[in-house]
Amino acid sequence: MNIFIQQLVNGLAWGGIYALISIGYTMVYGVMQLINFAHGDVFMAGAFAGLVVANLLPNKTSFPSVVLVFLSAMLFSTFLGILIERFGYRSLWRKKAPRLSLLIVAVSISLLLENGGLFIFGAAPRSFPQIIPLKNYSVGGILFTNLQLLIILTSLFLMGILHIIVMRTKMGRAMRAVAEDSEMSALLGIPRERILSFTFALGSSLAGIAGVMVALYTPQINPLMGLLPGLKAFVAAVLGGIGSIPGAMLGGFVLGEAETLVSAYLSSSYRDLFAFLVLILILLFRPQGLLGKGVVEKI
Amino acid sequence: MSKRALIIFLLSIPFLFILNYFLSNPSLFSPYALQIIVLMGINAILAISWDLIAGVTGQFSIGHAGFMAIGAYSSAFLTLNYHIPLIFAILFSAFLSLLAGFLVGIPSLRLRGDYLAIATLGFGEIVRVAILNMNSLGGARGMKGIPILSSFFSVYFLLAISLWLCLSLLKSQQGRILLSIRENEVASQMMGVDIVRYKVLAFAFSACLAGIAGALYAHWTSFIHPDSFTFMKSIEIILMGVIGGMGTIYGAAIGGAIVTLLPEGLRLLLEQNPLLYQNKEFIRMLFFASLLMIFIILRPQGIFGKKE
Repeated sequence: MNIFIQQLVNGLAWGGIYALISIGYTMVYGVMQLINFAHGDVFMAGAFAGLVVANLLPNKTSFPSVVLVFLSAMLFSTFLGILIERFGYRSLWRKKAPRLSLLIVAVSISLLLENGGLFIFGAAPRSFPQIIPLKNYSVGGILFTNLQLLIILTSLFLMGILHIIVMRTKMGRAMRAVAEDSEMSALLGIPRERILSFTFALGSSLAGIAGVMVALYTPQINPLMGLLPGLKAFVAAVLGGIGSIPGAMLGGFVLGEAETLVSAYLSSSYRDLFAFLVLILILLFRPQGLLGKGVVEKI
Repeated sequence: MSKRALIIFLLSIPFLFILNYFLSNPSLFSPYALQIIVLMGINAILAISWDLIAGVTGQFSIGHAGFMAIGAYSSAFLTLNYHIPLIFAILFSAFLSLLAGFLVGIPSLRLRGDYLAIATLGFGEIVRVAILNMNSLGGARGMKGIPILSSFFSVYFLLAISLWLCLSLLKSQQGRILLSIRENEVASQMMGVDIVRYKVLAFAFSACLAGIAGALYAHWTSFIHPDSFTFMKSIEIILMGVIGGMGTIYGAAIGGAIVTLLPEGLRLLLEQNPLLYQNKEFIRMLFFASLLMIFIILRPQGIFGKKE
C-alpha cells in the first residue's frame, strides 16, 4: 500500500506540470478553436531562457536569483506566445481561413521553434544548474523531495491566480465572452484580437514556468523536450474536456497519475503508448471530455 | 474508369521497361541519381495517398507515417524471414495497412476536423512506439539487410497505377461524394450520403497506398528504423501535399517529387559552408517548416492551384 501511495505522490508532480501546460492549450482552443501545436515548444523555450539566465547569475542558489530565473522564463515565453499569435495565426484568423490551414501553420511553427533551438543549442542535452538544492523529506514512510513539493504548490497557486483572472477580472470576462461567441462579442465592442493576444500571453507564461520546473526536476533539457510533454498536455486537455480550464487541471493530474502508475506496475516503455491510447479512447467514447459540455453542430 | 487514362497507363508500361533498363545500369546512369529518382516516385505515391484523405475528402491526417511504417515493416518482415517475392509482400502489406486505415477511419463515426486529426496523430505514435517495443521487428535497433527488391520499374509502375486509380476515382460518382464531404459534411449528410462509410473507405484506400509506398521504401533502402516513421515524416508528407496543391492528384505527385529534390539542392548549397553543413538536418527542417508556413499563408492552393 505504501508503494502505491508513493507512486501517487510521484505522479502528482508530473500531473501539476501537465496541468499547467494543458491550460494554455485549452484557453487558446476556447477562444479561437485552434490546437496550438507550438505550445509544447513554448514550454521548451521557457526552460532554455531559464538556463541562459541561470548560467549568467553568479550566486545561483540565492532566493532572488531563483525568482529571477523563473521570471525570465515566464517573460520570454510570454513574449514568444504573443509573437506566435501575431505573426503566425492572426492573418489567417482574420481571413477566416479553414481550420486545417491554422493547424498546418501551428505544426510548422512548432517545427521552426524545435529546429531553431537545435540549431542554436545543439542536439546534445544540457544539464540545468541546481538552483534549488535537493532535500528529501519523509512523512509516514512516504518519501518526497522539496522539488516535488515546489512543483505541486506552485502549480496549485498559479491555477488559483488563473481562476481569479478568468472569473473576476474584466479581461477574463471578455475572454469568456469571446469563447462563448466570437462574432457576437466583436459586435458588442470587445477587442477580439487583443483578447487573443492576452490569452496567448497567459497560456504561454504558464508553459514557461512549467518549463523551468521540468528542467529543475529532470535536470537535463534539450530542444526537443517540448514535443512529448506538449502532446501529452494536449491529451490532458482533451481528457478533461477541451475549452474547460478546470477540465485541463483535472486532466493533467489524472494523466500524470495514470502514467506514473503504468510505468510503475507495467513498464516505463509503455508510458507514452498509454497516453495516446487514453487519447483515442476518450475521443471515441467521450469526445467532450470528463468535464466538457457536448457541442451541437451549427449549420 | 476513363478510357483515355487506361490507354496512357498501358502505353507507359513498355516505356517504363526501357527506361528501367537504362537507369539501372550503373555504367550508363549514376546510382546516386537513380536513388533520388526512385525516392521521388515513392514520395509521390505517399503524397497522393495523403492528398486523397486531406485534399479530396477534407479529413486531415497527421499520422500518415504510421501507415507507411505498417507497410514497410510487414513486407520487410515477410521477405526477410520467408523469402517471398516482392509482389506478394506488397500485396500483404497493402492489405494490412488497409485494415489499419479502417481502424483509424472508424473513429470518424464520432470525430470531425481537428479531433480526427489528433486521433490520427495518436495512431501514428502508437504504431511507432509499438514497433519500438517489438523484438521480432528489431525494436529500437531497426531492421537491417532487407533484400533490395524495389526497382525503378516497380516504383513507377505502382505510381502509375495509383495515379490512374485516383484520377478515375475523382471522376466517378464516389469521387464526387468524397468532394462533397470535403465541401460540407453536414450538407452532404442531408443529401443522403452515408458520410461515415465514405470517410472510412477513403481512409482505408489512402492507408493502403501509403502502406505500398512504405513497402517499396523498405525494399529500396534495405534498412528501416522506428525513427524513420516519426511525426516529422508525417509532416514531410503533409508538406508534399500542400506544396503541390491540396485536392489535385497530379499536384500531390509533383509535390512529392519536389520535396524529395529540395534537400538535395539545399545540400549542394550548404556544402560550401562547414558550419551550416554540420547542422544540415536542422536547416532542412527549418527550411521545410518555413516553406509550409509561407505556402499556407500566401498560396494556400499550392503551386498548381485547383486546375485538374
